[in-house]
Amino acid sequence: MLLIHCPYCQEERPETEFRHGGEAHIARPTNIADISDEEFEAYFFIRSNEKGVTFERWRHAHGCGRFFNAARHTVTDKFIKVYKAGEPKPTLAELGLESGESQ
Amino acid sequence: MSGAYRIAGKGRLTPARQARFSFDGKFYTGLEGDTVASALLAHGVHLMGRSFKYHRPRGPISAGSEEPNALINVARDATREQPNVRATVQEIFEGLKTNSQNRWPSLEYDIGAVNNLGAPFFSAGFYYKTFMWPKAAWKHVYEPFIRAAAGLGVAPKEADTDHYANRYAHCDVLIVGAGIAGLSAALAAAQTGASVIICDEQPEVGGALHYEAGTTVDGMPGFEWAQKTAQKLAAMDNVRLLTRTTAFGYYAQNFISLTERITDHQAMVEKSAPRERLWQVRAKRVILATGAIERHMVFDGNDRPGILLASAARTYLNHYGVAVGKKVGVYTAHDSAYEAAFDLKRAGVEIPAIVDTREKPGDAVMAEAAALGIKVLTGHAVIKTSGRLRVTSMTVGRSTKGTTTKYEIDALIMSAGWTPSVHLFSQSRGKLTWDADNARFVPGTHAQDCLAVGACNGTDGLANTVEEALGAGELMARAAGAAADAEKLSLNTETAFEWTGGMVGASEGAGPDTVAKAFIDFQNDVCAKDIRLAVREGMRSIEHIKRFTTNGMASDQGKLSNMHGLAIAAEALGKDIPEVGLTTFRAPYTPVTFGTIINHARGSLFDPTRKTPMHDQEAALGAVFEDVGQWKRAWFFPRAGEDMHAAVNRECKTVRETVGMFDASTLGKIEVVGPDAAKFLDLMYTNAWDSLKPGRAKYGIMLREDGFIYDDGVVGRLAEDRFHVTTTTGGAPRVLQHMEDYLQTEFPHLKVWLTSTSEQWATVAIQGPKAREVIAPIVDDQDISNEGLPFMSVVECKVLGGVPARLFRMTFAGELGYEINVPADFGPALWDALYERVEAAGGCAYGTETMHVLRAEKGYIIVGQDTDGTVTPYDAGLGWTVSKKKTDFVGIRGLKRPDLVAEGRKQLVGLKTRNPKVVLEEGAQIVADPNQAKPMTMIGHVTSSYWSEHLGSSIALAVVVDGHKRKGETLYIPMEKETIAVEVTDTVFVDKEGSRINV
Amino acid sequence: MSEAIRTKPLPATRTGSAAASVTPAPEASRISLRAGEEALAALSSALDLGLPTQPKTSESKNGRMALWLGPDEWLIIDQNGADLMALCATVSAPHSATDVSHRNTAIIISGPGAADAINGGCPLDLSLKSFPVGACTRTLLAKIEIVLYRSSEDTFRVECWRSFAPYALGMLAEGAMDASA
Repeated sequence: MLLIHCPYCQEERPETEFRHGGEAHIARPTNIADISDEEFEAYFFIRSNEKGVTFERWRHAHGCGRFFNAARHTVTDKFIKVYKAGEPKPTLAELGLESGESQ
Repeated sequence: MSGAYRIAGKGRLTPARQARFSFDGKFYTGLEGDTVASALLAHGVHLMGRSFKYHRPRGPISAGSEEPNALINVARDATREQPNVRATVQEIFEGLKTNSQNRWPSLEYDIGAVNNLGAPFFSAGFYYKTFMWPKAAWKHVYEPFIRAAAGLGVAPKEADTDHYANRYAHCDVLIVGAGIAGLSAALAAAQTGASVIICDEQPEVGGALHYEAGTTVDGMPGFEWAQKTAQKLAAMDNVRLLTRTTAFGYYAQNFISLTERITDHQAMVEKSAPRERLWQVRAKRVILATGAIERHMVFDGNDRPGILLASAARTYLNHYGVAVGKKVGVYTAHDSAYEAAFDLKRAGVEIPAIVDTREKPGDAVMAEAAALGIKVLTGHAVIKTSGRLRVTSMTVGRSTKGTTTKYEIDALIMSAGWTPSVHLFSQSRGKLTWDADNARFVPGTHAQDCLAVGACNGTDGLANTVEEALGAGELMARAAGAAADAEKLSLNTETAFEWTGGMVGASEGAGPDTVAKAFIDFQNDVCAKDIRLAVREGMRSIEHIKRFTTNGMASDQGKLSNMHGLAIAAEALGKDIPEVGLTTFRAPYTPVTFGTIINHARGSLFDPTRKTPMHDQEAALGAVFEDVGQWKRAWFFPRAGEDMHAAVNRECKTVRETVGMFDASTLGKIEVVGPDAAKFLDLMYTNAWDSLKPGRAKYGIMLREDGFIYDDGVVGRLAEDRFHVTTTTGGAPRVLQHMEDYLQTEFPHLKVWLTSTSEQWATVAIQGPKAREVIAPIVDDQDISNEGLPFMSVVECKVLGGVPARLFRMTFAGELGYEINVPADFGPALWDALYERVEAAGGCAYGTETMHVLRAEKGYIIVGQDTDGTVTPYDAGLGWTVSKKKTDFVGIRGLKRPDLVAEGRKQLVGLKTRNPKVVLEEGAQIVADPNQAKPMTMIGHVTSSYWSEHLGSSIALAVVVDGHKRKGETLYIPMEKETIAVEVTDTVFVDKEGSRINV
Repeated sequence: MSEAIRTKPLPATRTGSAAASVTPAPEASRISLRAGEEALAALSSALDLGLPTQPKTSESKNGRMALWLGPDEWLIIDQNGADLMALCATVSAPHSATDVSHRNTAIIISGPGAADAINGGCPLDLSLKSFPVGACTRTLLAKIEIVLYRSSEDTFRVECWRSFAPYALGMLAEGAMDASA
């Protein structure tokens, strides 16, 4: 059972309190009714599924209830950084990684 | 009394404290503290089991949890029985019943031993070859044979009556192993104020000090020091000392699982005591002090009962006071066996010879051997042994080709050196390093916040071990944040001999080109030659060699065999050992009972059983309940002589003709509150909510972004800024999650909040022509006339003389109907009051089955039954719920996707069977032409199907390709025995005008 | 108020062990309170209780408690049964107060083994250092969600939804039995 740091509770809590929410930083188009089929496909269906650093949404479902984002390494399972929903996606440099290191 | 091989004055058990137990029906007397193995050895019994494949006679080779041979069945009574228990671990108690396994008719005469003669057929990989053909034989010959032969013990037949406990625990420092290294580390860590958990798999702390008689610590015999230290630690508030506790799994972020055996050694078990306790420990730092395991020598006939590890013989002697024989041969490549020989010799056991493969053993042990008059044959090997049920001789020579000498013996002890126990370190994903000088893998790069100390770290020598452990204890405690002042600890240690030596792989007589039965894996009967065969047959990876030979795949997980297997494989492959590499270490370190793993999760605690507030009332009326997720819902209320069909028909008829009441409490309810509540619901539902006036309610459809129906329910507006949203029973948690997701991440600017109120309210639906007159007397001061409370409205009022209520005028049955919500504690009172009125009016209570029939008669869908995640509101005939004015809602774009607007979609329709008595099967497939060739083109399926007592015919809902255009068409449903013709109809079967509702 | 009989989700019987007693709590009024920062002062004043803003903390006064559950969420419990909805109704700043008095029920675990009893199913660190008196959080007890509140060194309040109460009671009773060991 992993420990996940909740940026709202400001402490590590057991994984079972959390719920994974898919890839992060996919904003719903504000003009969604008017976008093309291709744009909808890109928004709704296409996911990066990275090997290496991945940005994903989590919800502290059985804790504070808040959604937040995390940068996690899919090979080591390690959480590199968690940050509140709405905060910008960190660059690899901000995560302390070189660009080649993301794998 | 406690055995002819028990030596007076030796060991630490108390002769007066005896316990009687049975093995294979025969009673033996042992001493409290004995294991089954030590107690039987005291009586000269070595034969304790038969091997897995060849059914060879076997005795214990070890005195600990690494034991591959002495696996027995242990029973306290009929319901508390366990197979495959290691006799070297199971402590005896008065009345314990044990039995050998894998033998028939008896341990001494085992028919299965013919496998031994047929050994050429059972070579490595025989699973993959022998049973290949003929194919037909697989089902009737091979599989039954393999199933009968496979496995060692027999699973108990009765349910386990023991219970098991779980405990989550946190600590600064977890120390695994309470030998001298673990205890030293614990002392150093504890005095800094750190919270410490130290565990050890044995009943008493001490580890190697159990047998190490030549060691003193702080002037005390080592074992005595260990017990004193344990007492000291246990008395400290910040230390938890757990014995009989195995750390069996090391997971991410220092999460370690321990299993504590609490009652398995007790004659009288307190009813409240759990048999075992699972500890799930999160440690800031971990110290691994797991020691090392002695390796056996690999030579022809090394598996006979009476052949043991040298350290095991020493443990039996120095701890249990038991000599493993009267005439004990010694075969070694390491100094440690000498000390075992010395101890045995001093205890009066004859040592015919120490056979050492090395030309130059350590000087100190050679000198002591000479002083004790023990013959040492350096540069020699044990070429083979003999003896059927017990070793009787060893044949010794410089090589198989030269002259050999046969020694009569009744036991043989051996040591090929020591393998550091890196299992947990490796499980933690730490990388191992090859220590070529000592032919061993030791912890290298750490992956987690842990340190290995002592023998498991490849640290040799007592003084080094203690110094390392004390340093690690303090270091890890400080790293975990412990801040108390602490003096620098040191311990004075003395030890009789420092050891050298060791070998891995086969010894003389078991090398390449030999066919000797030189076992490396005793439990799975893998010999040195099997590893070579695997390499000859093309296996290159150690993982393949492991699976081909099954080396290390038994329940001991190769604690003795892996290094030998690796060395032999490396030699056969012509590679260095580190180049070949080890197989992966996996949890559990030793077998863990299913009871411990399942723990609380059985019986009533297997899963929560959710009951509505009125459950007892409904049960008293004879309700039959059905499981809906975790909920128990009243399914139907049979009266005397009624089956389900009769009860449901009566309930349906009663609702349509008079009135019925129904417990709707499980429906999900969400309170949506805030100035932007309507704006938010506009985004979440296809419908428009802004225009809904307070006091009114509306049926809403919720989509996913892809345009498919996600949930539905009635939403009532209580005030400008407050809505009472209902969801399906099963959808309640996910709908709230779905709404929270959008609110928090897409629409965080909206001032609105969501609160689950599913369980705040007990809900009773009253449906039928007499609904109004039934509820009238219990509703306080509220106009419930058709004008005062019209269809699809909601009001907050009082019922039962002051109970606050939310009263909805709505129906899921197509009748004049109400749903009354009261705070849940008042549910039973509301039910009772209503039931009295309903009964007086000639009505009845109805269950979920009747609810389903009534709604199907009206064509009301059930999300998840009539929809399956690929149905749009238009497909379901609910296009009217989709607002044309809104510029945004979840699913608005999805609904416009090409495939969702194309022709040929499956659409919801009604079906009437040509023969009205035939009720279709839900899930049945629909075809247009019943005479077409198979496989037929299926154009839809039945989603709901019932007998409608009201109509006197069957009714069904189905999704059919272009269904809306097919009204009036005849379609076919091919079943196993007949093809059923159906007519496509509207989805509304009863009261198409809604005249029953608006009254 | 009505003469109608209330039926509580759990019988008021005490179970557990010498180390940890497990007792269903008396009735209380509760609201789930949701609000942004701009409403906190007014709500605190209406409730006569400062709403805590630090994670895992609570405020309590005269039998009324405010438990921080999330950055905009509090569980307010009044053991004297005060009409909390009415109190909040006086506040005009946007917020959401929802009556959950009957949704939740509570179990009190008390005694030297109380933390151990809860740790039979709850994975949190309940040492006083990590979970001091007054600490509160939503978390898990085996397979259900609970709100856990520590009212004294050896007394905890477990709040759960009413239909989960028998399961919670069963888990806590097992934990209490084991905590005495």
